[in-house]
Formats: sequence, C-alpha cells, structure tokens
Amino acid sequence: MTGANTTINLSVFGIFVLLTLYVVYRASARNVSASDYYAAGSSFTGTQNGIALSGDFLSAASFLGISGAIAVNGYDGFLYSVGWVVAWLIGLLLIAERLRNTGRYTMGDVMAFRMRQRPVRAAAANATLVISIFYMIAQMAGAGGLMALLLDVHSSVGQAIIIAVVGVVMVLYVLVGGMKGTTWVQIIKAVLLVLSGSLLTIFLIGKFGFDFSAMLDRATQRSPLGGAVLSPGVKYGSSELTKLDFLSLALALVLGTASLPHVLMRFYTVPNAREARRSVVWATWMMAIFYSCTLVIGFGAMALVGTDKITGAPGGENSAAPLLAFQVGGTVLLGIVCAVAFATILAVVAGLTLTASASFAHDVYANVIKHGEADPRDEVRVARTTAVCVGVLAIAGGIAANGQNVAFLVALAFALAASANLPTLLYSMFWKRFNTRGTLWSIYGGLTSCVLLIVFSPAISGSKSSVFPDADFAYFPLSNPGIVSIPLSFLAGFLGTILSKEPADPAKQSEMEVRGLTGIGSGLS
Amino acid sequence: MTKALPSVSRPATPGFATFDEHPHSLLIDGDGAPDFGAIQTSEDFLALKRRVTRFILPATLLFLAWYVTFVLLSAYAADFMSTPLFGTVNVGLTMGFLQFVTTIIITMAYARYAKKRLDPQVDKVRALAETAEELT
Repeated sequence: MTGANTTINLSVFGIFVLLTLYVVYRASARNVSASDYYAAGSSFTGTQNGIALSGDFLSAASFLGISGAIAVNGYDGFLYSVGWVVAWLIGLLLIAERLRNTGRYTMGDVMAFRMRQRPVRAAAANATLVISIFYMIAQMAGAGGLMALLLDVHSSVGQAIIIAVVGVVMVLYVLVGGMKGTTWVQIIKAVLLVLSGSLLTIFLIGKFGFDFSAMLDRATQRSPLGGAVLSPGVKYGSSELTKLDFLSLALALVLGTASLPHVLMRFYTVPNAREARRSVVWATWMMAIFYSCTLVIGFGAMALVGTDKITGAPGGENSAAPLLAFQVGGTVLLGIVCAVAFATILAVVAGLTLTASASFAHDVYANVIKHGEADPRDEVRVARTTAVCVGVLAIAGGIAANGQNVAFLVALAFALAASANLPTLLYSMFWKRFNTRGTLWSIYGGLTSCVLLIVFSPAISGSKSSVFPDADFAYFPLSNPGIVSIPLSFLAGFLGTILSKEPADPAKQSEMEVRGLTGIGSGLS
Repeated sequence: MTKALPSVSRPATPGFATFDEHPHSLLIDGDGAPDFGAIQTSEDFLALKRRVTRFILPATLLFLAWYVTFVLLSAYAADFMSTPLFGTVNVGLTMGFLQFVTTIIITMAYARYAKKRLDPQVDKVRALAETAEELT
C-alpha cells in the first residue's frame, strides 16, 4: 500500500473519533449514578442494544481476521463464522432473559445470587478480569499491526504511539460516557461496519454477475491450493491431532460467545427481559448478515487480489479486506474500510474496559471489600479509577505484545469464557442443588485448567509460530484447550456441589427461579 | 412496540388481580414482599416453566446436534463435504450457510413463541404478586 492514502485514512478516522466523542459527550449529561455508569440507566431499547451487541462482538479480529482467514484458507476460515452465529442461540434461549431479570450490573450478580456473596463475587470478578484483559491485549496488539498496514507506520516507536492514542481515546469514551456513551459508540460502529460490509459484498457479487459459483471458480484459480480451498481440511485436516484441535476450537466458539463478560453486561442496558430478548434477535440478524458478507468478501479477495499477494502483504491475512477495498474502490474505499477497522478496535476495547472496571468496582470493591454497603458514588469513582488503570495496562500490554503472534489470546478468551462462565451460569440457573462450593469449583476449575493448558500448549512454546519458539514445554498437544477444560469445569461444579455438606439455600433458589423467569422482585417492568 | 405492553397488560389496581379465578392469588407475605416459595409451586408458574422447557430444551438440543454434525462432517468427512452441489458450491459451504438459516429460523420461532405463549403467562404469574411490586 502506498503512502498517498495515509492522509485519507487518517482524516476518515479522525472524523469518526471526533463524531463519536461528540456523541459520547452529548450522551453523558446525566451520567452520575452507578446504574448510569454500568448499565446506561437501563434506558436503551432492544433494537439499539441488539445493534450494540453485534458491535461489541464484531471485533477487528472477526472483521479483518475472518475475511482474511477465508481469503487464505477458504473453507476452514468460514468455520469460525458458523460457530459465532450459531452461538447466539445459547444467548437467546438460555441466558439473556434470565440474566436481565436476575442481575443488575455484572455477571457476578447472577452467579452470587443464591450463594455466599464474597467468595463467589471475588471468583466472578477474577474470571471477568482475566478474560477481559486477555481479549483486550489481543485487540491492542492487533491495532499496532494494523497501523503498519493501513497508515504506513512501520517504526515500532510510531506504532507504540498509535497504540497509546487508541488507548487514551478509549479511556476517554469510558470516563466521559460510561455505558451510555460506549453503547452509542458501538451502535455507530456496528452500523458503519455492517453497511460497508454489505455494500462491498453487493458490489463484489455484482462484478461476477451475481453468480457466487463463478466467483468461487475464479477464486480457486487464484489460490495456490486450487479447488482444495473450497473443501474442509486446508488448515485443520493434516492429522488426527489437528482435527481434534479444530473440534476443540469449534466447541469454544459456540459455547464461549454468550458467556463473554462484556457481552453479558450488555443485557443490563435494556429495561426488561422482553427487550433483552429483542436485543439478541437483532444481534443474530446482524451477525448472520455480516458473516454471510465476510464469506463473499473473503472469497472475493481470493479471486480479485489473489492469495499470494495477501499473505505477502504487511499484516498478512488481516490485509485481505483492505487490499480488496483498494482494488475495487481505490484510496477512498480503502480509507473507509481502514477507518471502520480502527473504530472497531476502539469500540471493542472501550466495552472491555468498562466491563473490567464495573466488575472490579461492583463485585470486588462494593461487595467483597465494603460488604455490600459502599456509597454508590464511591463505587462509580472506583470504577473510573479502575478504567484508567485497565487502560494503562492495556496500552502497556498492547505495546509489549505488538508484533507477537497473539491470535491465540482471542481464542483463549473464548475458551476461558466457555470454561469458567458458562457451566457456572447454567448450573446456577437450572440446577436446584448447586451451591457455593460448586460455584467456586466450576469457576476456578475452568479458569485455571484453561490457563494451564494454554501455557503448556504449542501456542506458547515448541513450534515456530509460538510466543517462545526456542523453548519447548508444550506438554499438551492442542492449541485450543476447550475440549478438555469445558467438560472439566462442568465436572468440577458437579463434584463441588455433591461433596459439599452445605445445602443450597431453598428460599434463594425459589427467588432466583421465579425472578429469572418472570422478573418478579427485580423492580423491572 | 412491545415496550408499552407490560404496563398496559398489568391490572390497574390490586383488586383486579383477584378477578380471574384466583380468589387467593395474591402470593405475598406479611410485609408485602412476594412469597417466592408459594409462587414457585403455584399452578400458573409451573405452567410457565413447562412452556419454557417445551421450547428451549428441544430447540437447544436440535441446534447443538446440527452444529456438531456440521463440525464433525467437516473434520472427518471432507470428501462428502467437497461434493459439488451448484456449480462450484459444495455440500460443506451449503451446509455452513444453512446453519445461518436455521439459526435465524429458530431465533424468529422463539421470538414468536415467547410473545404468544410465554409473555401472557409471565403476566399472569406477575399478577399473583402484583401488590408486592406496587409497594416496592
């Protein structure tokens, strides 16, 4: 990519930042209470929140990453999209409405509802912080890589400065706008992303006479793999072990999505369970449309740009969508796609920061340290301070991880959410006997087994693409721990409950079940 | 549009709740708080629970089975998935796209079912504890 378009990229991006900062500023007028900061006063409609949900979920990894994975690996790249769309059914059928009815601000509200408050809240906060920070560092490091590609910034100092700027803007969103401002940023970004994705798709498929088959035909001619890119197995088919790795990934994708803390927290921004349901319906539509588009964009990039050129570009796979945009629409379209990609990183990181700060302030500070008797104003103050700390941490982590292969961090976040959060949430909603010890065992069992398996996986050591290619302590053969750690967490929750002498609190169980299904006692309309 | 529904469908006064065949229906304790144990065992709540389970259990099993089938076939039946269907579009790509379609179908079916069969029942159960809600 030439330096000539840097000005256009920067100015489109600059316009986005100024516009969103203005919106955030306007939305922040009454941003004082804890409910405003954490849940935007529950004032969003299902439609608005549904669009924001899809915005939270469509990170740069899923836009640039998936279209790139399809452009290079063909069919095997497409598998990610399928998992991420199907996953929303878990959110819709099992989680969204009950979560909205039971909790107020965080995931810990639901997990601790009928358990002993302090240990469970601390555990929920630990899980939230670990998952959010992993996810965030992956996004920030990706931002550095993107800069090289999109803005022609190649020096590490230059990239570090840009990572820092991204971090500062996102902390500003959170501090000034709280949940309301962050939600509006997500809405603007999601609309831009889905709109530009759809337009690009229609344009591309039109170029091939609205014949997807013809496009695939052309794509296979431009790929060194030929017709094999349309079949499964390019990336994961080489051995029984890689196939197992693929199953493990598929499991984490479908079970992890609806238990990511920043996705869960979104359900509190709507006034009641019916709006929470509508949110997921909207989000599912947005996802299905968007991921159908990435299929066309990915194969379109393969057909028009060619796999070799994509893998050779700075940024590798991630550059497929920008290169394609440049090819079909010149510098202006490239500028727009780049700006949308930046906006995506910015908005997703802001959402994560908010979630992490809310979990620390609401679960740890207010409930563990202050025993549930914190002044709400102090709580918000703590949340804001935490947001700044998390922001600094994310900037430092992003700069340190810049240029590293951190794609596994995103997959790890999904595996962690599926291992630590999903079993606990399902048990506490659907299993009467589930008790405090079961909760702690399933959260910590899932969390630690998942982290340990990753540490001893080929993603960290022992192969050329590892973080430490020179060391070898990869005792666990799979890069994705989900297939082991998810069942393990279910088992731990079960055993913890069975082995504990402390019975579940039947009154609290009644309250949680009735409240979860009907909202009685929650004060929601 | 559903936003206005709950407040409209709720009885305007506590007295109204006793109107529909539940003379003993205000399930609240002495302090006016909802009696969750009593609500949990009430006929209306059990009916709600049955209706919820009747949809989400089969739907969840169905979509998980369908997804796992797709994943397993992709991993272990690559030849079958590569069979061309329309031009160069093969079974695997079609099946993947059909996952999107079934996801949307289940989503819309649930939204419809919830609106018709669950929400009215939720309102019925909420009426049991109506005065409690007014007080809090």
